[in-house]
Amino acid sequence: MKTLKELVYSIDHEWVKVEGNKAYVGISDYAQHALGDIVFVELPEVDSEFTIDDVFGVVESVKAASDLIIPLSGKVLEINENIVDNPVLVNEDCYENWMILIEITNVEELNKLMNAEQYNEYCSEEK
Amino acid sequence: MENLKKTPLYDTYSEYGGKLVEFGGWEMPVQFEGIIVEHEAVRGNAGLFDVSHMGEVEIKGTEAFEFVQNLVTNDVAILNDNQILYTFMCYTNGGIVDDLLVYKFSKEHFYLVINAGNIDKDLQWMSDNKGSYNVEITNTSSGVAELAIQGPKAQKILQKITAIDLEEIKFFYFKQEVLVDGIKCIISRTGYTGEDGFEIYTSGDNIVQLWHKLLNIGAEDGLKPAGLGCRDTLRFEACLPLYGNELSQDITPLEAGFGFFVKLQKNNFIGKEALSIQKEEGLKRKLVGFEMKDRGIPRHGYEVAYQGEKIGVVTTGYLSPTIKKNIGLALIDIKYSGLGTEIEVVIRNKSLKAEVISKKFYKKNYNN
Repeated sequence: MKTLKELVYSIDHEWVKVEGNKAYVGISDYAQHALGDIVFVELPEVDSEFTIDDVFGVVESVKAASDLIIPLSGKVLEINENIVDNPVLVNEDCYENWMILIEITNVEELNKLMNAEQYNEYCSEEK
Repeated sequence: MENLKKTPLYDTYSEYGGKLVEFGGWEMPVQFEGIIVEHEAVRGNAGLFDVSHMGEVEIKGTEAFEFVQNLVTNDVAILNDNQILYTFMCYTNGGIVDDLLVYKFSKEHFYLVINAGNIDKDLQWMSDNKGSYNVEITNTSSGVAELAIQGPKAQKILQKITAIDLEEIKFFYFKQEVLVDGIKCIISRTGYTGEDGFEIYTSGDNIVQLWHKLLNIGAEDGLKPAGLGCRDTLRFEACLPLYGNELSQDITPLEAGFGFFVKLQKNNFIGKEALSIQKEEGLKRKLVGFEMKDRGIPRHGYEVAYQGEKIGVVTTGYLSPTIKKNIGLALIDIKYSGLGTEIEVVIRNKSLKAEVISKKFYKKNYNN
């Protein structure tokens, strides 16, 4: 399982890359592997606002649909249309292919996220 | 995943990258390399499935034929020795106990292949309906292991290690005591993928050798180990029903669109009266195919509506790996079952447009 040191992770297997008051959000390698072949991604409208732990979208493998849980409260600034058109990109590189870019509304919430080392440990316990 | 049953091949799954799931009380591989890759291997070359979880029941005795003929909806009288019949077992109300294959060795000896999740229920049903028939019903499931090799290259690959000419086994026929890699097996030309292929039955002790051997000699022809994930997408595209989805105790074979396997002209069988009445009165529900017009993947259990009114439920749905469309099967009010009818599938509380289409999503490639 691959993790990147510069990212932080949620218990729902999303990663967050913070850039100032903005953050890119995607799903982790553990998540894409557990899902298998991803065939469908549904992302929110730009400008929609979410509170931490809200469902912001859906990712579907051949077999099942899984909710995407937002790891930080925020407003959607951009969505990655590439993965909507070509969902398998998420399997190919889940860290390059982010899902949404948000404006962070509560910086405190970052404290709830795990660093790569903590996340690796969390995943090994999940198995 | 404790307390789940395991097939004799369980320990080999990890060698091939198997990802495990619970299915019908068994811990089985949902995929090895990936569902889509395996699906495409079966359509284009061949795939090898561990289907040892399936149940096998032996029916022996001087009245074996009479017992089976009463038990199932299809006509066992048309079977030659070494021939196989697809059929249903129904309750007296016409609901389905299970769908099964009937292998005829002789009129005093049959072999019933039943769904893994239904073994206990089916055996109980058979013994409840044994009445005064002179038969012995034996559950041989735990001693029998089964492989399915499916796809256009299945015959070529299996032939390499099989002592008889596989051409001799016609569609829905079988041969017993065939030596495969020196192991005695029953081989039938049957399957659950819409492709030509074989199912191979042998003892649990021997199945591991066969599994490795076939994967080894089949690799050059593109044979891949295949899991239950693609087994479901493959059977779905070919409109082969799955018990628990298209079939259940609350659905009759007529409603599911499989009346071909119900021979109402047969003297007598369990469920005949209810099914005859249903046919006379006309069906109220029907299994249809549909294609999504709006963007969304239909799934088992999603609600189907017509102009906002609920008319039924999705029994199976996928982004079809072969035809690359979001399609499904649904059991709906027969009023809306005409081809071209605009229906709606409710996906995550949104009503999305779909259209009723033929269930023949994929043309089966059987070698008859």
